[in-house]
Amino acid sequence: MDCLVLNRVSKRFGGVSALDDVSFSVAEHQVLGIIGLNGSGKTTVVNAITGFIEPDSGEIWFKGTEITGFAPHRVAAAGIARTFQTVRPFHNLPAFKNLIVPLYSPRIRKRTESGRWGDRDAVALDLLEEVGFERDSHVPYKPASTLPHGYLRRLELARCLALRPDLLITDELFSGLSAAEVGSMLPLIEKLQARGMTIVMVEHRLRELFRLAHRVVVLDRGRKIAEGSPREIVESSTVKETYLGAELSQ
Amino acid sequence: MARRLERIDRPIKVLTDDIYALSSTANMLYVAAPRILPALIVMAVPALSPSVYFERVWIITAIYALLALSWDFVALSTGLVSLGQALFFGVGAYLAAILNLQLGIPSLWTLPLAGLGGAAICTVLLAPCLPLRGIYFAMTTLVYPLLLARTIEATAIVGGTDGLVGVEPFPSLWLEKYLVLVVLLASTYALRRLMTSDFGIVLRSISDNDQAAKAAGINITWYKLIALWIGSALGSFAGAYFTHLYMFVGLSAFSLDLSILPIACAVVGGIGTLAGPVVGAFILVPLTEMLRDAGTLRIVAYSLLLVALVLLRPEGVLSYLKRKYEQVERWVEV
Repeated sequence: MDCLVLNRVSKRFGGVSALDDVSFSVAEHQVLGIIGLNGSGKTTVVNAITGFIEPDSGEIWFKGTEITGFAPHRVAAAGIARTFQTVRPFHNLPAFKNLIVPLYSPRIRKRTESGRWGDRDAVALDLLEEVGFERDSHVPYKPASTLPHGYLRRLELARCLALRPDLLITDELFSGLSAAEVGSMLPLIEKLQARGMTIVMVEHRLRELFRLAHRVVVLDRGRKIAEGSPREIVESSTVKETYLGAELSQ
Repeated sequence: MARRLERIDRPIKVLTDDIYALSSTANMLYVAAPRILPALIVMAVPALSPSVYFERVWIITAIYALLALSWDFVALSTGLVSLGQALFFGVGAYLAAILNLQLGIPSLWTLPLAGLGGAAICTVLLAPCLPLRGIYFAMTTLVYPLLLARTIEATAIVGGTDGLVGVEPFPSLWLEKYLVLVVLLASTYALRRLMTSDFGIVLRSISDNDQAAKAAGINITWYKLIALWIGSALGSFAGAYFTHLYMFVGLSAFSLDLSILPIACAVVGGIGTLAGPVVGAFILVPLTEMLRDAGTLRIVAYSLLLVALVLLRPEGVLSYLKRKYEQVERWVEV
C-alpha cells in the first residue's frame, strides 16, 4: 500500500515555478530518494508535504487521508516527521530537553500515560542514546548551542524519532558532516529502514543515497524528469545529461 | 603577559546541584537563601516602613513589578516583544472600575475578575497580531493603548477624559499593603516553576525556533495564546489593583510610561529570568520616587543610571548577582 502520494503538485513563487506538476508515491516500508541540482525544488517538495508551504494545486495523500494544506503541526500529528536542511535545534535548551517538545505534542501525549516525575526526560535520554549521544557523558545535558554540528544532526534526527513517525523525511541529513560522521550516521538510517520505517530522503550525497534507497526521483527546475531504481537512474541518459554527468565522472 | 578572567563554580554550588543539597543545613541554606530572603525583605518592608508615603511607594513598586514580570514572561515564552504593557494595565484598570461602579461588585472580587476578563479582552485584541514577529508585533502593541485611550476620549464612554471616580477602596489597609505583594511573589515563583516544566519547555522552544516547534507537532498559535493570556492576566490584575488603590481610573492608565517602565525594569534586572524584572522594578521604581525632589533633573539622573547599567551590566543585576553567588573569578596568565 502507498504510504505517501503526491498527485500533480505545483507551487509558484512569483514568476518562478518551484514545483511543476510533480507526482510520485512512496510504498510503505520503502526508502525513496529525491535528488536534483540546487534550486530544483527538493526542499520545496519537503515543505509542501509537511505543511510549511501550501501548494497552488495538486493533492497530497498520506495513508489514505488527504493532507494538502494541513498546518505543520497537523501533518506531524498525522505521523510525518521531518528534519531541516540547516539544523534547527532549540539552542537555549539542554540537548535532551529539545526532545521534550515532540514528546509533549498531542500525538505522543495521546499515547503515553503521563509526564510526571520526569518520565519524558527518561524517554528523551533513551532516544538520544539511540542516535549516538553517550549516555554517561555530559553531552545530553549541555545546551544545544554548545554542541558540534555532528551532534546537532543527530539531535535533529532524534527529535523526529520522538514523534514515533510513520514517515520520516530527511532534508540533506548528511550535509556539513565529515566522512567519518556520515559513516556513523548511515547505520542509524539503515537500522530505521530495517525496522520498517518509511523514509523519504532528499540528498546530495549520491553514493550513500543509492545504497539506501529503493527508488529515486530526480527533479530538475521543479519538474520530475526521472524515477526508478537507483540502478535505472544511474543508467538513464536524461539524468546523466542534466545531473549526474559531472559528479559521476569524478 | 596576557591575562584572562577565569570563572569556576564554587564548590558549594557544585555540591548543591543534586540530591547532596540535602546533606547538610549549610547546603540547604545555600539553595534556599536566594529564594527566600528576597521574599522576606519584600514582605517585611511595609511592616517596618517609616511612613505611609513609603508604604504607598512599595505597593506601586509591586504593581510595576507585576507588569515587568508579565512583559518578561510573554517575551521569554513566545519571543514576542511587547511595547504595549499599558494595554494590559489599562484594560484591567477600566474593567475593575466598571465592574465595581456599574455592577456593584466588591473590590476583592473585581481584582480576579478584571485580571481574568482583562486577559481575555487583551488576548482577543492581540490574537490577530500573533503571526507578526519582531518589530511588527512591537509596533502593533504600541498602538493598541493609544487606540483605546483616544477612543475613550473621543466617544466619552466610560467617563471620557474625566475618568471614573469613586471606585471602592480595599476593605482594609492591611489587605491593600500585602495582597499585591503576595500575588507578586506567588506569581514569580509559579511562573519560574512553570518554565521548567514540560509545558514551559514547549513555550521556550517557540521563542527559540518556531519552525522546529511546528515540525515537532506543536500548535504554536495555541501556545502563544495561552502565554499571552497568562501575561495579560498579570498586567490586568496590576491595573485593577491601581484602580482600587487610587479609587479612580483615567486615561493615564493607558500612558506610554506603563509600557516603557516594565521594559526598563527587565533590562536592569535581567531579561528572560522572570525574577530579574521584579528585582529591576524594586530598584528603579523607588529610585524614581527618591529622585522626585530633584524636579526635572530626576529624568536626567534616571536616564544616566539606566544607560550606565545597560553598558556596564548588560546581563542584568540578577544575572550578575547569581554569577557572584555561584562562581569565583580569578585572573590566570595565558
